[in-house]
Amino acid sequence: MNLLTEKPAKGFYRFSSPQTFYPLAEKMLPWFWVAAALFGIAGLWISFFVAPTDATQGEAYRLIFVHVPASWMSMFIYLVMAAWAGIGLALGTRLSGMMAQALAPTGALMAALSLATGSLWGRPMWGTWWIWDARLTSELILFFLYIGFIALQAAIDDPRRADKAGAVLALVGVVNVPIIYFSVIWWNSLHQGSSVSLTKSPSMAQTMFAGMILMALCFWMYSIAVALMRVRAIIIERERNAEWVRTEISMEKTNAVE
Amino acid sequence: MLDVTNLFCQRGERVLFANVSFSLATGGCLHVRGSNGSGKTSLLRLLVGLAPLENNETGNAPAAIHWRGRSLRDSAMREELIYLGHHAAVNGDLTALENLQFANAQDGVPLASRDALAALQRMGLGGREDLPVRVLSAGQRRRVLLARLLTKRAALWVLDEAFTALDVAAVKLLGELLDEHLSAGGLAVLTSHQALPVVNVQVLEL
Amino acid sequence: MPTATALLITAQRDLLLAMRRKSDVLVSLFFFVIVVSLFPLGIGPEPLLLKKIAPGVLMVAALLSTLLGLPRMFAADYADGTLEQLALSPLPFGLLVSGKILAHWLVCGLPLVLLAPVLGLQFGLDGESLPMLMLALLIATPLLSLIGSIGAALTLGVRGGGALLALLILPLYVPTLIFASGAVEAQMVGMSTSGYLSLLAAMLALAVFFAPWATSAALKIALE
Repeated sequence: MNLLTEKPAKGFYRFSSPQTFYPLAEKMLPWFWVAAALFGIAGLWISFFVAPTDATQGEAYRLIFVHVPASWMSMFIYLVMAAWAGIGLALGTRLSGMMAQALAPTGALMAALSLATGSLWGRPMWGTWWIWDARLTSELILFFLYIGFIALQAAIDDPRRADKAGAVLALVGVVNVPIIYFSVIWWNSLHQGSSVSLTKSPSMAQTMFAGMILMALCFWMYSIAVALMRVRAIIIERERNAEWVRTEISMEKTNAVE
Repeated sequence: MLDVTNLFCQRGERVLFANVSFSLATGGCLHVRGSNGSGKTSLLRLLVGLAPLENNETGNAPAAIHWRGRSLRDSAMREELIYLGHHAAVNGDLTALENLQFANAQDGVPLASRDALAALQRMGLGGREDLPVRVLSAGQRRRVLLARLLTKRAALWVLDEAFTALDVAAVKLLGELLDEHLSAGGLAVLTSHQALPVVNVQVLEL
Repeated sequence: MPTATALLITAQRDLLLAMRRKSDVLVSLFFFVIVVSLFPLGIGPEPLLLKKIAPGVLMVAALLSTLLGLPRMFAADYADGTLEQLALSPLPFGLLVSGKILAHWLVCGLPLVLLAPVLGLQFGLDGESLPMLMLALLIATPLLSLIGSIGAALTLGVRGGGALLALLILPLYVPTLIFASGAVEAQMVGMSTSGYLSLLAAMLALAVFFAPWATSAALKIALE
C-alpha cells in the first residue's frame, strides 16, 4: 500500500464524514444505552438470583458473569479497533481514525476488568491473587497492547499522524494477538501451570450460559454507546474551528437555555 | 511540461494555501515566495511526494501533479526528480565523498569516485573530500548536498532554500548551475528569500 | 542494477557508520553482559537455580539489549534529512529499509549470539545446551530487530520516544521470548526442540515479509 497516494474525493463516503456522523451518533446513542440497561438488568438477575450456587466454588464463581464477557469484549474491541484503523489507512477517511481512538480506552477497561475479576476469583480458589495462567497472561499482554496504542496516540501532537501511526500499530498488534495467545498457551502447558479456566470449571448449566450471553450483550451495547459518546467528543474537539461545529454548539446552547 | 492543479494544505487548524495551480514549461523556473510560515516548504514537499495530496472540501477538481503526462507520484518518475530540502542530508561521520557516493547509490546510479571527486571539486570542496563532514562548516555541508545536482541527472530540480548558508562564490556557482540546467531544458522549482540570479523566472506568491 | 542491491546499499552504509562509532555498539554489548551478570548477584549463586533460569535470563537480556539500539536505527537519518532522500529514491523503499534492519541485526544482534555461550557457561549450561542457545538466539535476534524496527519507526520524533518504544515493542516480543528460551529449556531436559525452532523460523519468515512493509509505512507517516 502506498501511503503517499491521493486521498479519495470527499462526498463519496458520506457517512464517513464527521459532520454527517455527529448527529447520527446522537440519534443512535439512547438506543444503545437502553439496550445495555435492559441486557444488564436481565443478565444480573440471572447471574445473581437464577443461577444456582456452585457446589465446589460457592458464590465466588459468580464473577464469571463479569470476567468472561469482559475478556470477550477486550478481544473483540481490539479486532474492531484494528478494522477501523485499517479502513482509515486504506481509504484515508478521517472518521475511522477517530473511531479507533474512541474504542481504545473501552478496550483497555475491559481488559483491566477481566484481569481484576480473574485475580479476585483466584484468591478464594487458589489462595493467591495472581496465577500465571494462559488466559490471564495473554489478557495482561492485550492490556499492554491497548496501553501502547493509547500512549502512542497521546504522544503525537498532529491528530492525523497520530491516527495513522496508531493504525499501523493496531494492525501489527492484530497480526500478533493470535501468535501471542498461542505462544502463551504453549508456554503454560510446558510449565504445567494451574489453569483458572473459568468457563470450564463449573459444569456449564444452561442458565449460566444464558447469564453470560446476556452480560456479554450488555457489555457490547455499553461499549458501542460509550465509544459513540467519545467519538462525538473527539469530532467536536478536532473540528472545533469548522463552521458546522460552531452552529451545532450554538444550537445546543440555545436548547440548553430553553 | 509540469502541470500542478489545486494543491491544498492544512496544518492543524490553519489552511496554509488552497487552489494553488501552476504549470511550468520546458526550461521554466518557478520561484515560490512568501513570508515565514506561509507554506513554501509544505508546497515543495507536497510536490515531490513527501506529503500526501489533500483536497479542498469546496468540491474543486481534485489535487493533481502531472509531468510528461504521468503522475509525479510514480516511483519511476523519481529518477528524473531531485529534491534538496532544509536539511543537509549528510551524515557527520561519513566523508564528503562517501556521502555523495551513498546519495547516488541510493538513487540507483552508482557513482565512480572519479566523477564524485570532480563534482566535489567543482563545488569548491577540493582537498576536503576525505574529511568527515562533521568538521565542515554549514555552508560546506550545503555544498556537499548541492554536488548531487551535478551527479544526479534529474530533469526536475526542487530546491528548498537552496541559497541559505552559502557564501558569495557559492551563490554565484549555484546560479550558474541553474542557468546550465534550465538552458538544457530542465525545470526548477525553488524557494528563496532573495532574488534568483537567473532570467525567465515565474513567481508564485503564497 | 538489480533492485535487490538496494538492500546492500543501506546495509553497507550503516555498517560503515557503526565502524566509525564503535562505542555505540560496545555499549549495548556490555549492557547485555552486565544485565546477565546481575541476576546471580540478585538471587544468589546456587548452581541449580542459575542453570534453570539461564535461558530466560539470557533471552530477556538479549531482548533489552536489542531494544537499547533500536532508537538509533532511524533517528539520525530522520534528523539530518537522509530519510527524506531515501523515501524519494526510485529504488523500493521497503528494501532500503530492510538494509537498515539487516545492519542493525549485524551490529546489535549477531554479537549477542557469539557472546551468549560465554555467559551461558557462567550459568552452568552444559555442552549440548550451549549450541542450542546460540541457534535459538540466531533465529530470535533478527526477529527482534525486525519487530523492533516497526516501533523505532512509529516513535520517530515523538515525545518520550525511548520509553514509548519499549512500551510498544516489548509485548510484541513475548512469543519470541517464549519460543527461544523454550527451545533451550527443552534441550536441557532432553526433550525435542524442533517444535520451538520451527515456530521461531516461521515467525522469522513472516516478519521478514511484513515487518519492513509496516516499518516503511510508519516511516512515511513520520515524514509527512
